[in-house]
Amino acid sequence: MAPGLYALGDPDGQSPVLVTCNYKLTFDILRRELEGLSCWVLVVETYGINVWCAAGKKSFNTGEVARQVKNAGLEQVVNHRTLVLPQLAAPGVVGHKIRGLCGFNALFGPVEIRDLPSYLDNKTQAAGDMRRVKFPLGQRLLVALVEVYGARKFMLWALLACMLLAALGPGGFSLQGTVLSGLGAWGVVWTGFISGVFLVPVFLRHLYFRAFAAKGLLAGALTGFVLAVAVPGGFLQGLAATAACMAFTSWFAMHYTGSTTFTSLSGVDREMRRYMPVQGALILVAAGLWLGSGWFGPLAGGA
Amino acid sequence: MQDFRYLEDVLTLEYDPGLCMGCGTCVQVCPHRVFDVGEQKAVLLDPGGCMECGACALNCPAGAIKVRPGGGCAQAILNGWLSRVLFVKRFFRQDVCCS
Repeated sequence: MAPGLYALGDPDGQSPVLVTCNYKLTFDILRRELEGLSCWVLVVETYGINVWCAAGKKSFNTGEVARQVKNAGLEQVVNHRTLVLPQLAAPGVVGHKIRGLCGFNALFGPVEIRDLPSYLDNKTQAAGDMRRVKFPLGQRLLVALVEVYGARKFMLWALLACMLLAALGPGGFSLQGTVLSGLGAWGVVWTGFISGVFLVPVFLRHLYFRAFAAKGLLAGALTGFVLAVAVPGGFLQGLAATAACMAFTSWFAMHYTGSTTFTSLSGVDREMRRYMPVQGALILVAAGLWLGSGWFGPLAGGA
Repeated sequence: MQDFRYLEDVLTLEYDPGLCMGCGTCVQVCPHRVFDVGEQKAVLLDPGGCMECGACALNCPAGAIKVRPGGGCAQAILNGWLSRVLFVKRFFRQDVCCS
């Protein structure tokens, strides 16, 4: 949506000015939660990105806020000199420098839009837990859907790789067998994906380790084992499926860090360096076992 | 309900109480209540809860807080690495994740 000054309700010169990003969903929530209140909303250019990410990437910054204040001629519109910024804009906006740039004092409001009415009622004091970012189950699952969108390409390449490997042995050198066992392997990748992106976030507190990749190894070992038992395919294939499931669950759980509200750059960097070699090794072991099951399985099975 | 905890021993947050002027901005901007208002100065309440978003350091008028700011996002870090690898780098841009 276009940056600039918007009116909610019937604001006048005394009404508060709230600053936000130009992500349409954010503006819609703002409009819904502030229904019945009258205020000005100054939308800044964040290229359609939400407040927190835009602040982290510095498109939501001090200069941009001042620029939009001037563009809107805000000093002609209101007779006070206060802006209420979202708290999560603070990684990109230097609050105390806004005044020097445009004559307005910046306050950081609460984290959640739904707390804005009581924040405004309470003389712009954020009470209790309003400054704390929470990450409840519903939100954990909602952001997981973003991962589904992000994994499209990965899944296509995975399908190709599964078919290629299946053609090298496990498929029994027939077209039908190759397609079937290739799809089966792809199913293992999917199991890892679902485990990493949905199961790990749901049981975030219960998976013992702190590193997401390690939580993924644990969850993947469990789902992989279930898969190996539930889908008959011999010992080697079961072992291969479990190893692959661990690797993919770990990989996708690690990628889920980007959707969380509490992981740090240093922490994710550390766990990637530590666990990516483990994931790679598990994939190699899984591929080796699977190919091996195709070559030696029939002999071992007495067929 | 207890907050989620993440890796703590690698964090880059540094706070110098000697420089603090006690304005309390860090307490306001931190999304994990790492700081608290003490007597005339901020105190580190829970340094291990830091997510290195950089809000406190950026908004501290006294320069009392230092942190290497960044997103804890595996894809962004991976893109950063790949953008430095020969041949592969044309497909990846540093500092890009979900966009």
